[in-house]
Amino acid sequence: MERRNRILIVEDSPTMRQLLIFALKRLRNTDIIEAQDGMDGLRKVTADDYDLVLVDINMPVMDGLKLISLIRGEERLEEMPIVVITTEGANEDRARALALGANEYLTKPIQANKVLQVARGLLKIESRST
Amino acid sequence: MSNDVFERADEVLGLFRRGAEFTRELLEENKVLRQRLARVESHQQDAAQDNGEWDKLRSQLLERIQGLECEHQDAIERVAVLEDENMQFAGRYLEIEEENNALANLYVASFQLHSTLDLSEVFRIVIEIVINLIGAEVFAVYALDEKSGVFEPVASEGVKLSNVPTVQLGQGLIGGSVTERETAFADPGSQTDLSRPLVSIPLCVDDRAIGAIAIFKLLTQKKEFSPLDHELFTLLAGHAATAIFAAQLYSQSERKLNTIQGFIDLLTK
Repeated sequence: MERRNRILIVEDSPTMRQLLIFALKRLRNTDIIEAQDGMDGLRKVTADDYDLVLVDINMPVMDGLKLISLIRGEERLEEMPIVVITTEGANEDRARALALGANEYLTKPIQANKVLQVARGLLKIESRST
Repeated sequence: MSNDVFERADEVLGLFRRGAEFTRELLEENKVLRQRLARVESHQQDAAQDNGEWDKLRSQLLERIQGLECEHQDAIERVAVLEDENMQFAGRYLEIEEENNALANLYVASFQLHSTLDLSEVFRIVIEIVINLIGAEVFAVYALDEKSGVFEPVASEGVKLSNVPTVQLGQGLIGGSVTERETAFADPGSQTDLSRPLVSIPLCVDDRAIGAIAIFKLLTQKKEFSPLDHELFTLLAGHAATAIFAAQLYSQSERKLNTIQGFIDLLTK
């Protein structure tokens, strides 16, 4: 049986979560799990295995940058791909997130096909197979 | 021991036999090939001596070359047609991807707007749509007081609500856009000016104006409005207005219901 990919979306905006789910549903054999803030995201990411995590920066309880640094502090999660999706478009924000260990940095408003392209790249999925 | 010797001898003899067989086959093949070569040489010699035969051979070869050239040309033309089709498909694919992206945004926006009857929740969703799907950094949502004709700011992002000025119906970009029932745009200035929005989206239910959304500043990475943004403005103008109106009616009816219930309780006690 083919292994299913698991993607975690950590985003406080339900509208944004729904939009990301809508985009990522086009990937075959993929389960999408939602977390509504950084703390919820940390709980889920430490309790289970994920192939990709999408993280917003500005979130209540725990922000995305803190979450990334905690994830990268865990040996088991060092290699797990992380994509930041944020309104913060300044170069220094991008540099900070990448320095903390994010693999990609996308700014809002997002294009569904761009998210898909990045997810396919990090999950090593050929676009024809989706 | 002696059996071993005989077995080895048999093996060696077998090898010799197979070698002899192979040599005979090679000689046979050699003979056939030599005969074929002789035939070709004689044919060429005949052709070289006989002009008629030479011309015949030449015309046959020329015909074959012409046929191959036609096939080659045909193949080139087919490749060009296929490349053209491929380009068209690639272009169409991109168009469909964009349409798909636009539809996803519009679907999510309208779905969220009509997912609640709680007024504050509706405002939160409007704010989420304007930030996440349009890419605005500073904006405000206004509600129109029909009696006074004044737009009061009821929700804002990127600026304190108390700093957002009220607007008179018919005046300025906001008042004008609501009077005209059309989204209005202004040239972007160098600084954020709360009295001069970049865009004003009127919120109307049928012919009834209920408010407006004014965007004062876009996110740093957002340089201009896209065709999808215009679709979202149209969606917001209708659907956000309906959602706000429905939530207002619902909260009013809830309040009235509570009052009536209070009276009934008072009378029946």
